[in-house]
Amino acid sequence: MPFQRNCRVIEVNQIANGLFSLVFDCSDIAGSTKAGQFVHISCGDGLLLRRPISVCDLDGSLVRIIFQVKGSGTSWLSERKQGEVIDVLGPLGKGFALDGSRLLLVGGGIGVPPLLMAARQASEQGKKVNALLGFADADKVILLPEFASACDWVEVSTENGSLGKHGYVTDLLISRLEANQNICDLILSCGPQAMLSRVAHIAKEHHMPCQVSLEQRMGCGIGACLVCSCGIKSPGGEGKSFARVCADGPVFSSREVIWDET
Amino acid sequence: MKPDLAVTFAGLEFKNPVTVASGTFGFGREYSNFFDLSQLGGICVKGLTLKAREGNPPPRIAETPMGILNSVGLQNPGVDEFIKTELPFLRRFNTRVIANISGNTVEEYSLMAEKLSDAAVDMLEVNISCPNIRAGGLAFGTNPKSASSVTKAVKAVSKVPVMVKLSPNVTDICEIALACEDAGADALSLINTILGMRIDIEAGRPVLKNITGGLSGPAIFPVALRMVWQVCKAVKIPVMGMGGISGAEDAIEMFFAGARLISVGTACFKDPYAPLKIRQGIEEYLSRKNKASLNDIRGKLITD
Ligand SMILES: Cc1cc2nc3c(=O)[nH]c(=O)nc-3n(C[C@H](O)[C@H](O)[C@H](O)COP(=O)(O)OP(=O)(O)OC[C@H]3O[C@@H](n4cnc5c(N)ncnc54)[C@H](O)[C@@H]3O)c2cc1C
Ligand SMILES: Cc1cc2nc3c(=O)[nH]c(=O)nc-3n(C[C@H](O)[C@H](O)[C@H](O)COP(=O)(O)O)c2cc1C
Ligand code: FES
Repeated sequence: MPFQRNCRVIEVNQIANGLFSLVFDCSDIAGSTKAGQFVHISCGDGLLLRRPISVCDLDGSLVRIIFQVKGSGTSWLSERKQGEVIDVLGPLGKGFALDGSRLLLVGGGIGVPPLLMAARQASEQGKKVNALLGFADADKVILLPEFASACDWVEVSTENGSLGKHGYVTDLLISRLEANQNICDLILSCGPQAMLSRVAHIAKEHHMPCQVSLEQRMGCGIGACLVCSCGIKSPGGEGKSFARVCADGPVFSSREVIWDET
Repeated sequence: MKPDLAVTFAGLEFKNPVTVASGTFGFGREYSNFFDLSQLGGICVKGLTLKAREGNPPPRIAETPMGILNSVGLQNPGVDEFIKTELPFLRRFNTRVIANISGNTVEEYSLMAEKLSDAAVDMLEVNISCPNIRAGGLAFGTNPKSASSVTKAVKAVSKVPVMVKLSPNVTDICEIALACEDAGADALSLINTILGMRIDIEAGRPVLKNITGGLSGPAIFPVALRMVWQVCKAVKIPVMGMGGISGAEDAIEMFFAGARLISVGTACFKDPYAPLKIRQGIEEYLSRKNKASLNDIRGKLITD
């Protein structure tokens, strides 16, 4: 059940180049959020639509989000000050299903934050969790200590080789799976669309269950307006239908997604 | 004394004048997590078609200054599935259920009207104004002759009042309004969205996959208000005003222009409680102005 709450901002920090961490206080949202769910935030009176941002971490009644400044909404959000109030709707959507016992998290760029909550929840449930995290550049790297504390191991790649392995995070995934097919029994992934479709393809080749968290432009964020659709395969059949990223997702099984219809 | 918010519209009693607009409120389930739907005057359900429709490919929404463009394209489960699974849910609430219908042909409109009035919805809203589908929709709403033939066909079979939803994408909206009134429409609702588009200049592509979409939200309010005012002067049947209403002040302007009911759409995306706040604001305004009911302001615009 989602709540609409006016939440006090506890802190806002720039944590990497263009990336901000914002913590707000809301016991209703903190008390009911699962890994992979998101909140829909009103970014001032000047913007008509809320902005969807994944929940990254919880601590008591505190909720942490991490976002990249892209346009006017996220820029407004980055300028909030401690003690101000923001209007938040959430928690929304269906999160990750932490089914497996050995999870491999594959995150790219601004898709990394929601995986932290999955890592924490899975390790609290006694599951084995490891992470492959890819970034464009060393100055965009975030959350490494947090992942290190929740995972057995974390491997990092950057596209320009400035930190960790030189290349894409999908290259790390291929070499890990080729070295040991039993390295995991479930992949959870979040990142840019092109990366996710690649991860889905690799998972399929290795017969590995995989869940991906998708993005789509949203209106209501709660499932009523049908603007946030993505193409998915009809259950069991060849057919296609549109699912709502906000309510049926944002997490989908990688096998049901039709990648050229998202 | 508490003002009376009740309204009689096309022979039906509405407990208050605030309804929610078709396509922005689904079939009510999602918003019922936020408040008791019985507090609404009525619910215009997501646009229905005879057969289920998938809608247009994404992206289907673009933000514009104080507006949004959408190109959903009437994604819906079809009229039979609505009657089977959605209508019983809506019936649990004490509010008017208004079924919004779109057809590819006049026959489809009358088939749907028959099924839905047998299923005892409270009213039909005949959508001849959807800008997002190729066949049907807007094609019927931009020509007085076809608007009239759709209205006649629906009226011929419907056992419940028939409201026709008009498009702003016409040269003279009063001409279409009069054609619908002459054809027997019990009420009119307006406006549907205004056809628009945006381009992503980095990619050199339209933002919407469908290229064009319908503009809604505060940006269209002045246009909607002007059209409601013109239509209310032209016809005798009651009018439901909508288009960019985001606060009680906007709703009250609509009443001054002559609207009997109003509908709230895009405003719910920012604030799920918008319809309730608008209802509350109308009540406060009437109290403050010492008006016993909406009759005391409806159409009372002073123009001298
Ligand atoms: C479920 C979900 C979770 C997300 N989680 C995060 C996160 O944890 N951290 C983060 O930095 N970003 C996240 N995003 C992306 C974030 O929503 C966009 O970057 C943000 O909406 C951009 O708004 P803006 O006003 O700054 O940019 P503008 O480009 O000015 O936005 C214009 C419009 O497009 C929409 N839009 C633009 N890019 C996206 C996008 N990628 N996805 C959805 N809508 C978009 C905006 O919401 C707005 O309506 C998430 C998106 C979704 C759908
Ligand atoms: C996402 C979306 C979907 C819509 N779908 C329908 C529809 O199915 N049938 C219809 O008659 N109008 C539809 N409309 C139009 C609205 O009912 C309303 O006429 C219009 O949005 C103007 O009101 P607003 O500015 O308050 O949203 C839709 C509007 C939006 C934003
Ligand atoms: S954003 Fe409205 S249904 Fe998803």
